[in-house]
Amino acid sequence: MARKVLVLGEVRDGALRNVSFEALSAGKTIAEGGEVVGVLVGESVSALGQELIQHGANRVVVVEHAELAQYTSDGYSQALLAVIEEEKPEGLVFGHTALGKDLSPRIAGKLNSGLISDATAIEVAGGNVVFTRPIYSGKAFEKKIVTDGVIFATIRPNNIAALQKDESLSGEVNSLTVDIKDLRTIIKEVVRKASEGVDLSEAKVVIAGGRGVKSEEGFEPLKELATVLGGAVGASRGACDAEYCDYSLQIGQTGKVVTPDLYIACGISGAIQHLAGMSNSKVIVAINKDPEANIFKVADYGIVGDLFEVIPLLTEEFKKLKINA
Amino acid sequence: MNIYVLLKRTFDTEEKITIAGGKINEDGAEFIINPYDEYAVEEAIQMRDAHGGEVTVISVGSEESEKQLRTALAMGADKAVLVNIEDDVEASDQYTTAKIIAQYLKDQEVDLIIAGNVAIDGGSGQVGPRVAELLEIPYVTTITKLEIQGTKATVVRDVEGDSEVIETCLPLLVTAQQGLNEPRYPSLPGIMKAKKKPLEQLELDDLDLEEDDVEAKTKTIEIYLPPKKEAGKVLAGDLNDQVKELVTLLHTEAKVV
Repeated sequence: MARKVLVLGEVRDGALRNVSFEALSAGKTIAEGGEVVGVLVGESVSALGQELIQHGANRVVVVEHAELAQYTSDGYSQALLAVIEEEKPEGLVFGHTALGKDLSPRIAGKLNSGLISDATAIEVAGGNVVFTRPIYSGKAFEKKIVTDGVIFATIRPNNIAALQKDESLSGEVNSLTVDIKDLRTIIKEVVRKASEGVDLSEAKVVIAGGRGVKSEEGFEPLKELATVLGGAVGASRGACDAEYCDYSLQIGQTGKVVTPDLYIACGISGAIQHLAGMSNSKVIVAINKDPEANIFKVADYGIVGDLFEVIPLLTEEFKKLKINA
Repeated sequence: MNIYVLLKRTFDTEEKITIAGGKINEDGAEFIINPYDEYAVEEAIQMRDAHGGEVTVISVGSEESEKQLRTALAMGADKAVLVNIEDDVEASDQYTTAKIIAQYLKDQEVDLIIAGNVAIDGGSGQVGPRVAELLEIPYVTTITKLEIQGTKATVVRDVEGDSEVIETCLPLLVTAQQGLNEPRYPSLPGIMKAKKKPLEQLELDDLDLEEDDVEAKTKTIEIYLPPKKEAGKVLAGDLNDQVKELVTLLHTEAKVV
Protein backbone atom coordinates (compact mmCIF):
# COMPACT_ATOMS: atom_id res chain seq x y z
CA MET A 1 0.00 0.00 0.00
CA ALA A 2 1.55 3.26 -1.10
CA ARG A 3 1.71 5.86 1.65
CA LYS A 4 2.76 9.48 1.91
CA VAL A 5 5.48 9.75 4.56
CA LEU A 6 6.90 12.89 6.16
CA VAL A 7 10.52 12.74 7.34
CA LEU A 8 11.99 15.43 9.59
CA GLY A 9 15.44 16.62 8.54
CA GLU A 10 17.28 17.56 11.71
CA VAL A 11 19.80 20.38 11.43
CA ARG A 12 22.68 20.84 13.82
CA ASP A 13 25.34 23.51 13.47
CA GLY A 14 24.05 24.34 10.00
CA ALA A 15 24.25 20.80 8.62
CA LEU A 16 21.85 17.89 8.32
CA ARG A 17 22.48 15.10 10.79
CA ASN A 18 23.30 11.71 9.39
CA VAL A 19 20.32 10.15 11.20
CA SER A 20 18.06 12.25 8.96
CA PHE A 21 19.40 10.46 5.88
CA GLU A 22 18.75 7.17 7.66
CA ALA A 23 15.24 8.43 8.46
CA LEU A 24 14.66 9.11 4.74
CA SER A 25 15.63 5.54 3.99
CA ALA A 26 13.19 4.35 6.68
CA GLY A 27 10.55 6.67 5.22
CA LYS A 28 11.04 5.09 1.80
CA THR A 29 10.43 1.60 3.26
CA ILE A 30 7.26 2.75 5.00
CA ALA A 31 6.05 4.63 1.89
CA GLU A 32 5.98 1.39 -0.17
CA GLY A 33 6.29 3.35 -3.39
CA GLY A 34 4.41 6.40 -2.12
CA GLU A 35 5.80 9.88 -1.74
CA VAL A 36 8.52 10.74 0.79
CA VAL A 37 8.34 14.39 1.82
CA GLY A 38 11.27 15.91 3.71
CA VAL A 39 10.50 18.59 6.29
CA LEU A 40 12.96 21.26 7.40
CA VAL A 41 12.30 23.51 10.37
CA GLY A 42 14.54 26.38 11.48
CA GLU A 43 15.46 29.99 11.00
CA SER A 44 17.29 29.65 7.70
CA VAL A 45 17.42 26.06 6.48
CA SER A 46 15.93 25.94 2.96
CA ALA A 47 19.39 25.64 1.37
CA LEU A 48 19.58 22.11 2.80
CA GLY A 49 16.44 21.00 0.94
CA GLN A 50 18.23 19.60 -2.12
CA GLU A 51 20.43 17.47 0.12
CA LEU A 52 17.33 15.74 1.52
CA ILE A 53 16.17 15.12 -2.04
CA GLN A 54 19.55 13.65 -2.99
CA HIS A 55 19.11 11.24 -0.08
CA GLY A 56 15.66 10.05 -1.06
CA ALA A 57 13.01 12.74 -0.44
CA ASN A 58 10.72 13.35 -3.44
CA ARG A 59 10.21 16.94 -2.36
CA VAL A 60 10.75 19.13 0.68
CA VAL A 61 8.59 21.48 2.76
CA VAL A 62 10.41 24.18 4.72
CA VAL A 63 9.10 26.14 7.69
CA GLU A 64 11.33 29.10 8.51
CA HIS A 65 10.81 31.55 11.36
CA ALA A 66 13.06 33.54 13.70
CA GLU A 67 11.45 31.75 16.66
CA LEU A 68 12.62 28.41 15.22
CA ALA A 69 16.33 29.23 15.42
CA GLN A 70 16.59 26.94 18.42
CA TYR A 71 14.56 23.84 19.12
CA THR A 72 11.65 24.22 21.51
CA SER A 73 8.85 21.73 21.69
CA ASP A 74 6.26 24.51 21.36
CA GLY A 75 7.86 26.09 18.29
CA TYR A 76 8.66 22.87 16.48
CA SER A 77 5.31 21.25 17.19
CA GLN A 78 3.48 24.29 15.80
CA ALA A 79 5.62 24.06 12.64
CA LEU A 80 5.28 20.28 12.27
CA LEU A 81 1.55 20.21 12.97
CA ALA A 82 1.01 22.88 10.31
CA VAL A 83 2.89 20.74 7.77
CA ILE A 84 0.98 17.64 8.84
CA GLU A 85 -2.32 19.50 8.51
CA GLU A 86 -1.33 20.56 4.99
CA GLU A 87 0.15 17.26 3.79
CA LYS A 88 -2.01 14.74 5.67
CA PRO A 89 0.70 12.04 5.73
CA GLU A 90 0.12 8.38 6.56
CA GLY A 91 3.62 7.97 7.95
CA LEU A 92 6.06 10.06 10.00
CA VAL A 93 9.74 9.44 10.79
CA PHE A 94 12.08 11.38 13.11
CA GLY A 95 15.54 10.48 14.36
CA HIS A 96 15.62 9.14 17.93
CA THR A 97 17.77 12.08 19.02
CA ALA A 98 17.34 14.52 21.91
CA LEU A 99 15.06 16.51 19.60
CA GLY A 100 13.14 13.52 18.25
CA LYS A 101 12.65 12.00 21.71
CA ASP A 102 11.33 15.30 23.07
CA LEU A 103 9.06 16.19 20.16
CA SER A 104 7.62 12.90 18.90
CA PRO A 105 5.41 11.97 21.91
CA ARG A 106 3.80 15.39 21.78
CA ILE A 107 3.04 15.15 18.04
CA ALA A 108 1.74 11.59 18.52
CA GLY A 109 -0.43 12.83 21.39
CA LYS A 110 -1.82 15.68 19.31
CA LEU A 111 -2.57 13.32 16.41
CA ASN A 112 -4.04 10.77 18.82
CA SER A 113 -1.67 8.30 17.25
CA GLY A 114 0.57 5.42 18.22
CA LEU A 115 4.32 5.96 18.22
CA ILE A 116 7.16 3.47 18.01
CA SER A 117 10.29 4.94 19.57
CA ASP A 118 13.89 3.97 18.94
CA ALA A 119 13.39 1.56 16.03
CA THR A 120 16.48 -0.25 14.79
CA ALA A 121 14.94 -2.00 11.76
CA ILE A 122 11.85 -1.72 9.56
CA GLU A 123 10.28 -4.26 7.25
CA VAL A 124 6.98 -4.64 5.46
CA ALA A 125 5.45 -8.03 6.21
CA GLY A 126 1.92 -9.28 5.60
CA GLY A 127 0.67 -5.79 4.79
CA ASN A 128 2.03 -4.37 8.04
CA VAL A 129 4.97 -2.08 8.61
CA VAL A 130 6.88 -3.96 11.31
CA PHE A 131 9.40 -2.14 13.50
CA THR A 132 12.13 -3.83 15.53
CA ARG A 133 13.22 -2.08 18.69
CA PRO A 134 15.36 -2.93 21.69
CA ILE A 135 13.76 -3.32 25.11
CA TYR A 136 15.49 -3.67 28.48
CA SER A 137 18.29 -1.59 26.92
CA GLY A 138 19.02 -4.23 24.32
CA LYS A 139 18.80 -7.28 26.58
CA ALA A 140 15.80 -8.21 24.40
CA PHE A 141 14.05 -7.01 21.23
CA GLU A 142 10.43 -6.60 20.22
CA LYS A 143 8.65 -6.36 16.88
CA LYS A 144 5.87 -3.86 16.87
CA ILE A 145 3.21 -2.40 14.61
CA VAL A 146 1.09 0.75 14.83
CA THR A 147 -2.58 -0.21 15.02
CA ASP A 148 -4.20 3.24 15.17
CA GLY A 149 -3.32 6.57 13.63
CA VAL A 150 -0.32 7.60 11.57
CA ILE A 151 2.54 5.11 11.23
CA PHE A 152 4.93 7.10 13.37
CA ALA A 153 8.40 6.06 14.46
CA THR A 154 11.67 7.48 15.67
CA ILE A 155 14.77 5.61 14.50
CA ARG A 156 17.96 4.97 16.41
CA PRO A 157 21.07 6.45 14.76
CA ASN A 158 23.52 4.05 13.08
CA ASN A 159 21.12 1.15 12.53
CA ILE A 160 19.13 1.74 9.33
CA ALA A 161 21.39 2.30 6.33
CA ALA A 162 20.97 5.62 4.53
CA LEU A 163 20.44 5.52 0.77
CA GLN A 164 23.37 6.34 -1.45
CA LYS A 165 23.45 10.07 -2.13
CA ASP A 166 22.45 10.74 -5.76
CA GLU A 167 23.47 14.21 -6.88
CA SER A 168 21.55 13.91 -10.14
CA LEU A 169 18.28 14.03 -8.22
CA SER A 170 16.39 17.26 -7.82
CA GLY A 171 12.94 18.24 -6.64
CA GLU A 172 10.75 20.96 -5.31
CA VAL A 173 11.58 22.79 -2.10
CA ASN A 174 8.52 24.77 -1.02
CA SER A 175 8.10 26.91 2.02
CA LEU A 176 5.09 26.99 4.28
CA THR A 177 4.40 30.09 6.34
CA VAL A 178 3.49 29.32 9.91
CA ASP A 179 2.84 31.84 12.66
CA ILE A 180 5.04 30.62 15.52
CA LYS A 181 3.90 32.16 18.78
CA ASP A 182 3.30 31.80 22.51
CA LEU A 183 6.45 29.79 23.25
CA ARG A 184 6.20 28.68 26.86
CA THR A 185 9.83 27.62 27.23
CA ILE A 186 12.59 30.12 26.52
CA ILE A 187 16.19 29.01 26.03
CA LYS A 188 18.36 31.52 27.88
CA GLU A 189 21.73 29.95 27.34
CA VAL A 190 23.38 26.92 25.77
CA VAL A 191 26.46 25.57 27.50
CA ARG A 192 28.53 23.46 25.14
CA LYS A 193 30.09 20.57 26.98
CA ALA A 194 29.92 17.75 24.47
CA SER A 195 33.10 16.93 22.61
CA GLU A 196 33.25 18.86 19.36
CA GLY A 197 31.77 17.20 16.35
CA VAL A 198 30.89 13.61 17.10
CA ASP A 199 27.85 12.81 19.20
CA LEU A 200 28.16 9.68 21.31
CA SER A 201 24.91 8.09 20.11
CA GLU A 202 25.72 8.74 16.45
CA ALA A 203 29.44 7.93 16.55
CA LYS A 204 30.76 5.12 14.34
CA VAL A 205 33.59 4.55 16.81
CA VAL A 206 33.28 4.76 20.60
CA ILE A 207 36.24 4.63 22.97
CA ALA A 208 34.88 3.97 26.47
CA GLY A 209 36.69 4.13 29.78
CA GLY A 210 35.87 2.52 33.10
CA ARG A 211 37.24 2.53 36.62
CA GLY A 212 40.57 1.35 35.19
CA VAL A 213 41.07 4.83 33.72
CA LYS A 214 41.69 5.92 37.32
CA SER A 215 41.27 9.72 36.97
CA GLU A 216 39.95 12.56 34.86
CA GLU A 217 43.42 12.89 33.27
CA GLY A 218 43.31 9.17 32.55
CA PHE A 219 40.74 9.90 29.85
CA GLU A 220 43.29 11.91 27.81
CA PRO A 221 44.79 8.94 25.94
CA LEU A 222 41.24 7.74 25.17
CA LYS A 223 40.38 11.16 23.75
CA GLU A 224 43.49 11.08 21.56
CA LEU A 225 42.54 7.68 20.19
CA ALA A 226 38.98 8.89 19.58
CA THR A 227 40.29 11.90 17.67
CA VAL A 228 42.46 9.72 15.43
CA LEU A 229 39.51 7.43 14.66
CA GLY A 230 36.95 10.25 14.36
CA GLY A 231 35.02 8.74 17.23
CA ALA A 232 33.50 9.77 20.54
CA VAL A 233 34.50 9.04 24.12
CA GLY A 234 32.10 7.23 26.47
CA ALA A 235 32.30 5.82 29.98
CA SER A 236 30.98 3.18 32.32
CA ARG A 237 28.90 4.05 35.35
CA GLY A 238 31.92 3.29 37.54
CA ALA A 239 33.95 6.02 35.86
CA CYS A 240 31.08 8.52 36.12
CA ASP A 241 30.35 7.72 39.76
CA ALA A 242 34.05 8.18 40.54
CA GLU A 243 33.77 11.63 38.85
CA TYR A 244 36.38 10.90 36.21
CA CYS A 245 33.90 12.27 33.65
CA ASP A 246 30.46 13.76 33.13
CA TYR A 247 27.31 11.62 33.42
CA SER A 248 26.42 12.60 29.88
CA LEU A 249 29.11 10.14 28.75
CA GLN A 250 27.63 7.18 30.62
CA ILE A 251 26.83 4.11 28.55
CA GLY A 252 24.62 1.39 29.98
CA GLN A 253 21.17 0.50 31.17
CA THR A 254 21.04 3.92 32.80
CA GLY A 255 22.78 6.29 30.43
CA LYS A 256 23.11 5.94 26.70
CA VAL A 257 22.71 2.85 24.56
CA VAL A 258 25.17 2.89 21.68
CA THR A 259 25.60 0.71 18.61
CA PRO A 260 28.74 1.92 16.83
CA ASP A 261 30.71 -0.07 14.26
CA LEU A 262 33.62 -0.26 16.70
CA TYR A 263 33.49 -0.13 20.50
CA ILE A 264 36.77 -0.13 22.39
CA ALA A 265 36.25 -0.80 26.12
CA CYS A 266 39.23 0.35 28.17
CA GLY A 267 39.51 -0.70 31.81
CA ILE A 268 35.83 -1.67 31.91
CA SER A 269 34.98 -4.84 33.81
CA GLY A 270 31.69 -5.42 31.99
CA ALA A 271 28.83 -5.33 34.51
CA ILE A 272 25.54 -6.54 33.04
CA GLN A 273 24.16 -2.96 33.10
CA HIS A 274 27.08 -1.74 31.01
CA LEU A 275 26.84 -4.64 28.56
CA ALA A 276 23.17 -3.73 28.00
CA GLY A 277 24.30 -0.35 26.69
CA MET A 278 26.91 -1.53 24.20
CA SER A 279 26.72 -5.25 23.43
CA ASN A 280 24.89 -4.66 20.14
CA SER A 281 27.88 -2.78 18.77
CA LYS A 282 29.16 -4.38 15.56
CA VAL A 283 32.72 -5.04 16.75
CA ILE A 284 33.86 -4.91 20.37
CA VAL A 285 37.46 -4.65 21.53
CA ALA A 286 38.29 -5.10 25.22
CA ILE A 287 41.45 -3.86 26.87
CA ASN A 288 41.73 -4.88 30.52
CA LYS A 289 44.42 -5.97 32.97
CA ASP A 290 42.19 -8.69 34.40
CA PRO A 291 41.97 -11.68 32.01
CA GLU A 292 38.86 -12.86 33.90
CA ALA A 293 36.96 -9.59 33.31
CA ASN A 294 33.41 -10.13 32.07
CA ILE A 295 33.95 -7.75 29.16
CA PHE A 296 36.08 -10.39 27.37
CA LYS A 297 32.96 -12.60 27.11
CA VAL A 298 31.33 -10.19 24.68
CA ALA A 299 34.48 -8.86 23.01
CA ASP A 300 35.41 -9.87 19.47
CA TYR A 301 39.05 -9.05 20.18
CA GLY A 302 40.77 -8.70 23.50
CA ILE A 303 44.12 -7.50 24.78
CA VAL A 304 45.05 -8.36 28.35
CA GLY A 305 47.20 -5.49 29.50
CA ASP A 306 47.51 -2.04 31.02
CA LEU A 307 45.38 0.40 29.07
CA PHE A 308 47.93 3.18 29.63
CA GLU A 309 50.47 1.09 27.71
CA VAL A 310 48.11 -0.33 25.10
CA ILE A 311 46.15 2.78 24.07
CA PRO A 312 49.11 5.02 23.10
CA LEU A 313 50.53 2.15 21.02
CA LEU A 314 47.13 1.64 19.43
CA THR A 315 46.83 5.36 18.66
CA GLU A 316 50.24 5.27 16.91
CA GLU A 317 49.30 2.20 14.86
CA PHE A 318 46.00 3.75 13.75
CA LYS A 319 47.85 6.95 12.80
CA LYS A 320 50.18 4.90 10.59
CA LEU A 321 47.18 3.12 9.06
CA LYS A 322 45.48 6.46 8.28
CA ILE A 323 48.66 7.85 6.70
CA ASN A 324 49.11 4.78 4.52
CA ALA A 325 45.45 4.88 3.48
CA MET B 1 3.02 23.36 45.91
CA ASN B 2 1.24 20.24 44.60
CA ILE B 3 3.85 17.95 43.16
CA TYR B 4 3.09 14.71 41.33
CA VAL B 5 5.62 12.03 40.47
CA LEU B 6 5.01 9.48 37.70
CA LEU B 7 6.53 6.19 38.79
CA LYS B 8 6.99 2.83 37.08
CA ARG B 9 7.90 -0.52 38.56
CA THR B 10 10.66 -2.13 36.49
CA PHE B 11 13.00 -5.12 36.46
CA ASP B 12 16.10 -4.69 38.57
CA THR B 13 19.00 -3.68 36.31
CA GLU B 14 20.92 -6.73 37.59
CA GLU B 15 18.35 -9.10 36.09
CA LYS B 16 19.07 -11.29 33.09
CA ILE B 17 16.15 -11.29 30.69
CA THR B 18 14.58 -14.59 29.63
CA ILE B 19 11.48 -15.32 27.58
CA ALA B 20 8.71 -17.79 28.40
CA GLY B 21 5.60 -18.29 26.27
CA GLY B 22 6.47 -15.36 24.01
CA LYS B 23 6.67 -12.97 26.94
CA ILE B 24 9.38 -11.61 29.21
CA ASN B 25 9.66 -14.10 32.06
CA GLU B 26 8.98 -12.38 35.37
CA ASP B 27 9.25 -15.45 37.58
CA GLY B 28 11.59 -14.87 40.47
CA ALA B 29 12.76 -11.51 39.11
CA GLU B 30 13.49 -8.61 41.44
CA PHE B 31 11.66 -5.37 40.79
CA ILE B 32 12.65 -1.82 41.61
CA ILE B 33 11.50 1.75 41.07
CA ASN B 34 12.63 2.68 37.56
CA PRO B 35 16.01 4.35 38.30
CA TYR B 36 15.10 7.59 36.49
CA ASP B 37 11.84 7.77 38.46
CA GLU B 38 13.90 7.55 41.64
CA TYR B 39 15.55 10.84 40.67
CA ALA B 40 12.03 12.21 40.14
CA VAL B 41 10.92 11.14 43.64
CA GLU B 42 14.04 12.66 45.20
CA GLU B 43 13.62 15.95 43.33
CA ALA B 44 9.95 16.15 44.32
CA ILE B 45 10.82 15.68 48.00
CA GLN B 46 13.52 18.37 47.81
CA MET B 47 11.11 20.79 46.08
CA ARG B 48 8.46 20.16 48.72
CA ASP B 49 10.94 20.65 51.54
CA ALA B 50 12.03 23.96 49.98
CA HIS B 51 8.64 25.33 48.95
CA GLY B 52 6.09 23.45 51.08
CA GLY B 53 3.19 21.43 49.76
CA GLU B 54 2.69 17.77 49.09
CA VAL B 55 4.23 15.01 46.98
CA THR B 56 1.89 12.44 45.43
CA VAL B 57 3.36 9.45 43.62
CA ILE B 58 1.24 7.87 40.91
CA SER B 59 1.68 4.58 39.11
CA VAL B 60 -0.33 2.68 36.52
CA GLY B 61 0.07 -1.06 36.72
CA SER B 62 -0.93 -4.00 38.83
CA GLU B 63 -1.29 -4.55 42.56
CA GLU B 64 2.38 -5.48 42.64
CA SER B 65 3.38 -1.85 42.04
CA GLU B 66 2.29 -1.13 45.62
CA LYS B 67 5.71 -2.19 46.85
CA GLN B 68 7.52 0.45 44.76
CA LEU B 69 4.97 3.11 45.76
CA ARG B 70 5.56 2.25 49.43
CA THR B 71 9.30 2.65 48.84
CA ALA B 72 8.66 6.15 47.44
CA LEU B 73 6.52 6.93 50.52
CA ALA B 74 9.34 5.65 52.70
CA MET B 75 11.75 8.01 50.90
CA GLY B 76 9.46 10.85 51.93
CA ALA B 77 6.55 11.21 49.49
CA ASP B 78 3.24 12.03 51.21
CA LYS B 79 0.63 10.09 49.25
CA ALA B 80 0.41 7.44 46.58
CA VAL B 81 -2.12 6.57 43.89
CA LEU B 82 -2.14 3.23 42.13
CA VAL B 83 -4.32 2.84 39.08
CA ASN B 84 -4.73 -0.89 38.82
CA ILE B 85 -5.47 -1.87 35.22
CA GLU B 86 -4.70 -5.55 35.55
CA ASP B 87 -8.32 -6.71 35.15
CA ASP B 88 -9.47 -4.03 32.72
CA VAL B 89 -6.77 -3.60 30.13
CA GLU B 90 -5.47 -6.48 28.06
CA ALA B 91 -2.78 -4.74 26.06
CA SER B 92 -1.47 -1.34 27.02
CA ASP B 93 1.09 1.00 25.53
CA GLN B 94 2.40 4.49 26.26
CA TYR B 95 -0.83 6.01 24.98
CA THR B 96 -2.79 3.94 27.51
CA THR B 97 -0.62 4.95 30.45
CA ALA B 98 -0.51 8.63 29.51
CA LYS B 99 -4.26 8.79 28.96
CA ILE B 100 -4.97 7.27 32.38
CA ILE B 101 -2.51 9.51 34.22
CA ALA B 102 -3.79 12.63 32.46
CA GLN B 103 -7.39 11.66 33.22
CA TYR B 104 -6.49 11.42 36.91
CA LEU B 105 -4.45 14.63 36.97
CA LYS B 106 -6.90 16.82 35.09
CA ASP B 107 -9.14 16.86 38.16
CA GLN B 108 -6.30 17.70 40.55
CA GLU B 109 -4.59 20.98 41.34
CA VAL B 110 -1.21 20.45 39.76
CA ASP B 111 1.81 22.74 39.99
CA LEU B 112 4.62 20.41 39.07
CA ILE B 113 4.84 16.91 37.58
CA ILE B 114 8.15 15.05 37.63
CA ALA B 115 8.77 11.80 35.75
CA GLY B 116 11.81 9.80 34.76
CA ASN B 117 13.01 10.64 31.25
CA VAL B 118 12.77 7.01 30.21
CA ALA B 119 11.90 3.63 31.74
CA ILE B 120 14.70 1.12 31.51
CA ASP B 121 12.35 -1.65 30.37
CA GLY B 122 10.22 -0.26 27.52
CA GLY B 123 12.67 2.56 26.89
CA SER B 124 10.37 4.79 24.85
CA GLY B 125 10.35 7.96 26.99
CA GLN B 126 6.89 8.83 25.70
CA VAL B 127 4.66 8.95 28.77
CA GLY B 128 5.91 12.22 30.31
CA PRO B 129 5.55 14.41 27.19
CA ARG B 130 2.28 12.68 26.25
CA VAL B 131 0.82 13.55 29.69
CA ALA B 132 1.94 17.18 29.33
CA GLU B 133 0.36 17.34 25.89
CA LEU B 134 -2.94 15.94 27.19
CA LEU B 135 -2.92 18.44 30.08
CA GLU B 136 -1.80 21.23 27.70
CA ILE B 137 1.06 22.29 29.98
CA PRO B 138 4.69 22.97 29.02
CA TYR B 139 7.33 20.28 29.53
CA VAL B 140 11.10 19.99 29.57
CA THR B 141 12.73 16.57 29.20
CA THR B 142 16.08 15.19 30.49
CA ILE B 143 16.66 17.86 33.11
CA THR B 144 19.71 18.01 35.39
CA LYS B 145 18.68 21.03 37.49
CA LEU B 146 15.43 22.61 38.63
CA GLU B 147 14.87 25.92 40.42
CA ILE B 148 11.47 27.36 41.23
CA GLN B 149 10.60 30.89 42.31
CA GLY B 150 6.91 31.62 42.62
CA THR B 151 5.40 30.43 39.35
CA LYS B 152 8.66 30.74 37.41
CA ALA B 153 10.92 27.77 36.82
CA THR B 154 14.52 27.70 35.61
CA VAL B 155 15.58 24.35 34.29
CA VAL B 156 18.85 22.97 32.96
CA ARG B 157 18.25 20.45 30.19
CA ASP B 158 20.82 17.88 29.04
CA VAL B 159 20.90 17.82 25.25
CA GLU B 160 23.27 15.08 24.14
CA GLY B 161 25.91 16.32 26.54
CA ASP B 162 25.34 20.05 26.08
CA SER B 163 23.26 21.99 28.61
CA GLU B 164 20.41 24.36 27.87
CA VAL B 165 19.26 26.83 30.51
CA ILE B 166 15.51 27.18 30.03
CA GLU B 167 13.00 29.54 31.59
CA THR B 168 9.41 28.47 31.84
CA CYS B 169 6.46 28.63 34.20
CA LEU B 170 4.22 26.45 36.31
CA PRO B 171 2.26 24.27 35.93
CA LEU B 172 5.08 22.30 34.35
CA LEU B 173 6.11 18.73 33.62
CA VAL B 174 9.79 17.79 33.68
CA THR B 175 11.56 14.48 33.16
CA ALA B 176 14.63 13.58 35.18
CA GLN B 177 18.04 12.83 33.72
CA GLN B 178 20.86 11.20 35.63
CA GLY B 179 22.86 13.81 37.55
CA LEU B 180 19.73 15.70 38.73
CA ASN B 181 20.33 14.58 42.32
CA GLU B 182 21.43 11.69 44.49
CA PRO B 183 18.32 9.70 45.51
CA ARG B 184 18.17 8.95 49.23
CA TYR B 185 17.68 5.51 50.67
CA PRO B 186 14.51 5.04 52.73
CA SER B 187 15.31 5.34 56.45
CA LEU B 188 13.95 2.87 58.97
CA PRO B 189 11.57 5.44 60.51
CA GLY B 190 10.62 6.38 56.94
CA ILE B 191 9.71 2.77 56.20
CA MET B 192 7.61 2.57 59.37
CA LYS B 193 5.79 5.81 58.54
CA ALA B 194 5.19 4.74 54.94
CA LYS B 195 2.98 1.89 56.09
CA LYS B 196 0.48 4.40 57.43
CA LYS B 197 0.60 6.91 54.59
CA PRO B 198 -2.42 6.97 52.26
CA LEU B 199 -2.25 4.77 49.17
CA GLU B 200 -5.34 5.12 47.04
CA GLN B 201 -6.20 2.28 44.66
CA LEU B 202 -8.23 3.17 41.58
CA GLU B 203 -9.58 1.32 38.57
CA LEU B 204 -10.64 2.65 35.17
CA ASP B 205 -14.24 2.97 36.37
CA ASP B 206 -13.20 5.39 39.11
CA LEU B 207 -11.72 7.66 36.44
CA ASP B 208 -14.79 7.43 34.19
CA LEU B 209 -12.77 5.59 31.57
CA GLU B 210 -13.81 2.59 29.49
CA GLU B 211 -11.34 0.04 28.18
CA ASP B 212 -11.93 1.42 24.65
CA ASP B 213 -10.83 4.91 25.76
CA VAL B 214 -7.37 3.66 26.62
CA GLU B 215 -6.91 0.98 23.97
CA ALA B 216 -3.29 0.70 22.87
CA LYS B 217 -2.41 2.24 19.53
CA THR B 218 0.53 -0.06 18.93
CA LYS B 219 0.87 -3.82 19.22
CA THR B 220 3.82 -6.04 20.03
CA ILE B 221 3.83 -9.06 17.74
CA GLU B 222 7.04 -10.73 18.81
CA ILE B 223 9.62 -10.61 21.60
CA TYR B 224 13.00 -12.27 21.22
CA LEU B 225 16.48 -12.32 22.67
CA PRO B 226 19.48 -11.10 20.67
CA PRO B 227 21.77 -13.84 19.40
CA LYS B 228 24.23 -14.76 22.13
CA LYS B 229 27.60 -13.25 21.48
CA GLU B 230 30.44 -15.74 21.34
CA ALA B 231 33.59 -14.78 23.17
CA GLY B 232 36.15 -13.65 20.62
CA LYS B 233 39.87 -13.79 20.27
CA VAL B 234 42.17 -12.74 23.09
CA LEU B 235 45.48 -11.83 21.52
CA ALA B 236 48.80 -13.10 22.83
CA GLY B 237 52.51 -12.41 22.51
CA ASP B 238 54.57 -9.25 22.73
CA LEU B 239 52.36 -6.22 23.44
CA ASN B 240 53.64 -4.30 20.38
CA ASP B 241 52.79 -7.26 18.17
CA GLN B 242 49.36 -7.62 19.77
CA VAL B 243 48.57 -4.01 19.00
CA LYS B 244 49.76 -4.38 15.38
CA GLU B 245 47.71 -7.56 15.01
CA LEU B 246 44.62 -5.86 16.45
CA VAL B 247 44.83 -2.96 14.03
CA THR B 248 45.28 -5.38 11.11
CA LEU B 249 42.30 -7.47 12.26
CA LEU B 250 40.08 -4.40 12.63
CA HIS B 251 41.15 -3.17 9.21
CA THR B 252 41.12 -6.34 7.12
CA GLU B 253 38.92 -8.86 8.95
CA ALA B 254 36.30 -6.75 10.73
CA LYS B 255 36.68 -3.87 8.24
CA VAL B 256 35.52 -1.25 10.73
CA VAL B 257 38.45 1.12 10.34
